[in-house]
Amino acid sequence: MSVTRALLADGAWTDASVKLGNMVGAVAGFLGILLVIFFVAGRASGRIARPLAVVLFLGPAVLLLIVGLVAPLVRTVYLSFYNDDGTKFLGGKNYGWALTTESVQHVLLNTLLWLAVAPLAATGLGLLLALLIDRVRGQAVYKSLIFMPMAISLVGASIIFKFVYDARDVSQSQIGLMSQLAISLGWHHPPNWMLSQPLNTFLLMVVMVWVQTGFAMVVLSAAINAIPDEVTEAARLDGAGGVKLFWFVTVPMIRTTLVVVLTTVMITTLKAFDIVRTMTGGNFGTQVLANEMYSQSFVQFNTGRGSALAVILFLGVLPLVAYNILQLRKERAVR
Amino acid sequence: MNARRRLLVAPAVLALALTAACSNSSGGSGGSGGGSGSAAALTGDCAQFQPYAGHSGTKVTMFASILSPESDNLEKSWADFSKCTGIKISYEGSNDFESQLPVRVTGGNAPDFAIIPQPGLLAQMVKTGKVVKPPAGTVANEDKWSPVWKTYGSVNGTFYAAPMSANMKSLVWYSPKTFKDAGIEVPKTWADLMAASDKLAKAGGAKPWCGGIGSGTATGWPATDWLEEIVLGSYGGEVYDQWVEHKVKFSDEKITTAMQTLAGWMQNPAWVNGGIGDVKSIATTTFQDAGAPILAGKCAMLQQASFYKAQWPKGTKVAADGDVFAFHLPAVNPAVPNPVEGGGEFLAAFSDRPEVQAVQNYLSSSDWASSRVKTASGWVSANQGVDKSLYTDPIDQLSASKLTDPTATFRFDASDLMPAAVGSGQEWKSLTAWFAEGQSIQRVTADIDAAWPQ
Repeated sequence: MSVTRALLADGAWTDASVKLGNMVGAVAGFLGILLVIFFVAGRASGRIARPLAVVLFLGPAVLLLIVGLVAPLVRTVYLSFYNDDGTKFLGGKNYGWALTTESVQHVLLNTLLWLAVAPLAATGLGLLLALLIDRVRGQAVYKSLIFMPMAISLVGASIIFKFVYDARDVSQSQIGLMSQLAISLGWHHPPNWMLSQPLNTFLLMVVMVWVQTGFAMVVLSAAINAIPDEVTEAARLDGAGGVKLFWFVTVPMIRTTLVVVLTTVMITTLKAFDIVRTMTGGNFGTQVLANEMYSQSFVQFNTGRGSALAVILFLGVLPLVAYNILQLRKERAVR
Repeated sequence: MNARRRLLVAPAVLALALTAACSNSSGGSGGSGGGSGSAAALTGDCAQFQPYAGHSGTKVTMFASILSPESDNLEKSWADFSKCTGIKISYEGSNDFESQLPVRVTGGNAPDFAIIPQPGLLAQMVKTGKVVKPPAGTVANEDKWSPVWKTYGSVNGTFYAAPMSANMKSLVWYSPKTFKDAGIEVPKTWADLMAASDKLAKAGGAKPWCGGIGSGTATGWPATDWLEEIVLGSYGGEVYDQWVEHKVKFSDEKITTAMQTLAGWMQNPAWVNGGIGDVKSIATTTFQDAGAPILAGKCAMLQQASFYKAQWPKGTKVAADGDVFAFHLPAVNPAVPNPVEGGGEFLAAFSDRPEVQAVQNYLSSSDWASSRVKTASGWVSANQGVDKSLYTDPIDQLSASKLTDPTATFRFDASDLMPAAVGSGQEWKSLTAWFAEGQSIQRVTADIDAAWPQ
């Protein structure tokens, strides 16, 4: 045993191979358990067959949901009524702090701004691109190019744009694309983009829009292509064309998809903290709720305040998720 | 279609959860089994590591904020130890250390070691109950440091983390050539420093000062250092200690006056920010980049700690007649003798496996400290067991002499001693807003006072 251990320790990839072994073992064990379950479920008959199947198939999912979602939620709500390390009951003080402190109000305002602008811009741009690109030859190439940012993490995208927005003294050679463009266009003293309020918040949104537009375009394009030709033809015979066709036929026909795309991007936007964290760290008046929650909880150890912000965020996302699911169901019912 | 797809997803999630559970448990048992091997006698160059032998084939993880190239020297300093004892030290440095460490520790994924540069953060980590008290060997090694260091590594009187390094913050880096061209001597008093800055600014060539407080999510910390230097240099250690304990509030006239002094220095549009931009550009410049214009002749001075030596590009000559050099930042009030603001890094352990304790003992010994000093310059230890003649670099010699000088007014970095909500939260944020948005001193100090935990 000790000899093998020593031998193994010499290999640099020992650790990796042990982990790989663990993984293979786990997967095999898991498949084994599944086989047993399926076997048992298959043998069961008569009255218990149905309830057994429900328990067997639903049980693990419900268990994971309780452990991973419901329990933390309950605990977060509980902590939000306590002080910074969860030892003293404060009542609604944390919520009072969140709603009345000037800097946090600014954070809430920023979050609302994000929610209003970024999803609309991404969906609108996506719709426009879907309409335009569908008529172009070689559309697949363009579509993949526009969809590509989806494959980059928000942090990666933020780092790319951090370079784009980099500002230097005009006497120096610029490494920021935006500043250089501005100078080339004759602007002698372009501002320090990341410091210019409220412009900087919108510049951060650009990153989100850049990433999400591809998603919106692909989904909307599919919905547009699914509109039956007869409908469009009938509309054309009735004299509709161009803008009219778009507003009175295309948009109503893809309404549910539009709503789903919009709310999905909205939910992503509400949770987005990577962009702000990477590009400004929440400084210069660009802070948003998700990042403030993280920094209160994990940097400043204000668990109570962080939890209160998390609950506010949760309450904000909840109606969006509900509406999103409702629309998805409608859509499925239509198809 | 949809129903079948959902069925496929659920097992996948379960499989992932199971895998995670398995790899965790086996990792733990593998580690504890590793310590039970018998110690083979080490010979030759390895003989000095005999006290730490017997854990061959084990691995300890270390997490810190020190990044390459500084961390390379750290890894080199324990390379012999690793080779001889067979304990592999797996080092990971992160820009985001201050916020990642609490996440890892509270998430049950603590590293074996963390190099913590802030006593405030150490106190928070101790609060989680995951920090393990050091073994007897480490406690014994601690006697080689002056007693004040032990208090900085202790929480509520209990000693938890031994210091690894000491650094001197009260330095001003400057360009000897620019000084010479402008006919300026190295300032000995605050008045001299201000007069020299004014002279440089009026000469119209390079601006006197450079500055940068950007540091990822820790943006703002260099500005807290500037304020601390002024508070310590204006009022001495007693007021400084009261300030740390919030008996002197930020809104106190003493601190607001210090902020005005700072505004006249680093927010003076005629004095900053050489080669980079205006006053606001200090907020978007990373502290690592801040000194570069000195080499390009765009600015003359940068207030930054001794560790900044590692930031100069390879081939930069650091000497009184070289490309850059440093002098001791003089006291604002000449009545305060030799104010020295310093920092340090403390090694906290989150596990008590025997190999972890062996590493902890070694890294607290003067042998290791000497090994690190010999590896490369730019690292100072206040360990009395380190032979001062080992320091080859004039900056290190200056720092080491100041850090161990009995007449100096030495104090640890205040923001590192304050509660995290202030020291690594609101003070960073508010001082950044002060530089970037021009928020009033009144608003900045009120915001910081309000963030103090009740």
